[in-house]
Amino acid sequence: MASFRPSDAISAEPDEGAESASTGPENPRLGVVGWLRFLWRQLTSMRTALVLLLLLALAAVPGSLVPQRTSDPNGVLQYQARDPEGFKILDALGVFSTFSSPWFSAIYLLLFVSLVGCILPRAKHHFDALRSRPPKTPARLARLVGFTEATTTASVEDAVEAARKVLRGQGYRVERYGDSISAERGYLRETGNLVFHSALVGVLAAVAIGGGFGYNGQRLLVQDEPFVNTLADYDSFYPGPWVDADSALEPFALRLDDFEAEYAFDKAAVEWHPLDFAATMSVRESGGEWTERLLKVNSPLEVGGTQVYLLANGFAPVVTVRDPDGEVVFHGAVPFLSVSATQQSAGVIKVPDGLSAQLGMDGFFYPDAIARQGSDLIESFSPYITDNALLTLRVYRGDLGLLDGSGANVYTLDSSGMEELAGNDDPLVLGIGDTVDLPDGMGTIELEAVTNYVGLDLHHDPAQAWVLGFALAAVAGLLTSLFIPRRRMWIKATATDDGTRLEYAGLARGEDPTLEEAVGDLAAAHAAALDRRGSD
Amino acid sequence: MTPETLAAWSLVGVYSAAAVYLGAFALFLADLARRSGAAPAPAVAASRTAELNGSAAVLVDAPPAPPVSAPVSRVPRIAFALTVLGLVVHVAATVLRGVAAERVPWANMFEFALTGTAIIVAVFVLANLWKDLRFLGTFVTGLAVLLLGLATVNLYVDVVPLPPALDSAWLVVHVLVAILATGFFALGAGLSIAQLLQARREAGKLPRARFLTTLPGSTTLETLAYRVNVIGFVLWTFTLIFGAIWAERAWGRYWGWDTKEVWTFVIWVVFAGYIHARATRGWRGARSAVLAIVGFAAVLFNFTIVNLFFKGLHAYSGL
Repeated sequence: MASFRPSDAISAEPDEGAESASTGPENPRLGVVGWLRFLWRQLTSMRTALVLLLLLALAAVPGSLVPQRTSDPNGVLQYQARDPEGFKILDALGVFSTFSSPWFSAIYLLLFVSLVGCILPRAKHHFDALRSRPPKTPARLARLVGFTEATTTASVEDAVEAARKVLRGQGYRVERYGDSISAERGYLRETGNLVFHSALVGVLAAVAIGGGFGYNGQRLLVQDEPFVNTLADYDSFYPGPWVDADSALEPFALRLDDFEAEYAFDKAAVEWHPLDFAATMSVRESGGEWTERLLKVNSPLEVGGTQVYLLANGFAPVVTVRDPDGEVVFHGAVPFLSVSATQQSAGVIKVPDGLSAQLGMDGFFYPDAIARQGSDLIESFSPYITDNALLTLRVYRGDLGLLDGSGANVYTLDSSGMEELAGNDDPLVLGIGDTVDLPDGMGTIELEAVTNYVGLDLHHDPAQAWVLGFALAAVAGLLTSLFIPRRRMWIKATATDDGTRLEYAGLARGEDPTLEEAVGDLAAAHAAALDRRGSD
Repeated sequence: MTPETLAAWSLVGVYSAAAVYLGAFALFLADLARRSGAAPAPAVAASRTAELNGSAAVLVDAPPAPPVSAPVSRVPRIAFALTVLGLVVHVAATVLRGVAAERVPWANMFEFALTGTAIIVAVFVLANLWKDLRFLGTFVTGLAVLLLGLATVNLYVDVVPLPPALDSAWLVVHVLVAILATGFFALGAGLSIAQLLQARREAGKLPRARFLTTLPGSTTLETLAYRVNVIGFVLWTFTLIFGAIWAERAWGRYWGWDTKEVWTFVIWVVFAGYIHARATRGWRGARSAVLAIVGFAAVLFNFTIVNLFFKGLHAYSGL
């Protein structure tokens, strides 16, 4: 791209200095500076840029073939479990983090260096061109595009003056050379080109800054339990490398007040389809009052510079476990994860302290339980909570593994080393408001109520607006550089015996499909202008 | 009428449109065969090349009259009329589908294919108002029949309500722009294929493909393909940006290298490469044409293989 010509200009003569610098007949010896200059010219040449572009496209493909750590971490783990040997090789190559791998980074960084090396000299050249006069009128216009001849009774002087006015009116920069007008327009084409490429550099920079100073975190929030935007209140938190978590987190608090889910029943497919999820939230910013805000899918909350997204939702049975004396040893809303379209949900309750031994329970919550036909299995008939709502639990006694960390995940229960007190054949079954005895006289468990929870994603990206701004600038530049024609026009007047002979012609600089038509229009406009002048 | 009846009528329309396209395809094919059989008309072809080459040619007069058309035959005209008829039925079927679903008819793969093929044919028909591109009729109607057939047989789903994740104004903009881009890329790919064939014939190969003598020269085809592809590229740029804006609203990040995002990026970069290739010595002509065809192949790959076999956030509920 070292060429100073419009990027889409075509020319038979060589216009890239790169080769001629290195393959002169004498093959002069290159010093260190010479070599650097040679490499720089190679890197900033259009051909290198093109090859880097194609390499970039090719290098991105593995990122779609193999699960990525950033977008699909579980997929990566599954891949590792499925094919440990292949995983090692691929992981060494970095394909599980394709877009931050050294080879992908090398390609786009080289591409952007090449880009900058192209923009700078071109910008200077364009700046000079903007201040220069249109070039001299060629001697033989007949060799150019759309050459048109006409005669007029107006004088040469009148014709030239009219030509100047008409071309000015059409937005051309004009210059008189003898009895001809030379005109050029479409400088915006190159301006657009430079804006487009500079804006891409801007996009890259803004993305990098956003990634460095931004963060995102997740929180599963049960109804009526407040969340405060501090590190301790997140379930998971992913800060950028330059984030100081203490000062970066804006002070605000969130609370889920109510949650409405709407479904439609598809009679043909005998299926429930979700229609709408709406979370009524309360938001409180530093020093302010709680204010009610609606959070929906596709419609995040904006709290200061942080966006809050609704990514998941479900039911959380509110459970109380008491010891044989009636003392409460566990009380809380336990989020269950939906496993079916009718919101049949699976979850785990762990009671580490207060009973004669550690107790673990896993099971299902059915919002609208119904016995499956011809069997004693139950399923949920609809995703709405009805009087038929049921919680079924298997009960295990023994080590929950909380000390060695193996039981730290609140959604899974490793019952392998535990004693089964109630299994699939004789689970505990509770309706809302029911209390049942735990097996072996260990106490009681009560299902007080069922509340809602939402899975929230919180994002802070200080450069997001910049990315959008640069992207839009790139589009504006692209449209200008592709669709504004850069062209030169000439009108020449010559005195003849019976009046004045007029010649019109144009020259395209780059892609210009309508140049010929434009020359015809120019001739017509000029003739009309001369007519008007004649009739005055 | 109930949504089910409307959807059923829509499907009848799809079958009818496919049948009409098939007829048009047969006639376009017959026309190409006829062009092969007929003695080449070099004078006509030459004058047309000169006219279409416009910006490069030397012309000594005001803009010339429209070119003399190829030897008079009614076959391509009937074929073109059939294509327009098929398109009318096709658009009606698409609109019915939208009415049945009470939303835009591009919320799942079947509907995307339905609307997408309609746009491909519409771009072809409208482009013919601009330049005589009927020699691409075989390519366009063939593609339409193939895609419609595959979509109805393999991808058909009943009308279901929109899931909350898709319930957004961006569904209208983002997907419509993507479909429009696909339409232009399809036409561009057809022109690039014709360009490659023509270039081979001009190089003295393909002596038997005489229908090519009635087509514009390879340079003209290249220019036409460029103009069509550039519009596709601009639309694809919008697809990418609108998609990023929607992703920010729906998923909480504007770009996350989801499989579909990867392929949108790959396609964008390939066509960016194509545009640069046209300004690079040694890459004009055949090489840039290959890039345009690779780009369109990636578009098709993105819609079919990536949607069906790759895991990602652009999950198509029941396709």
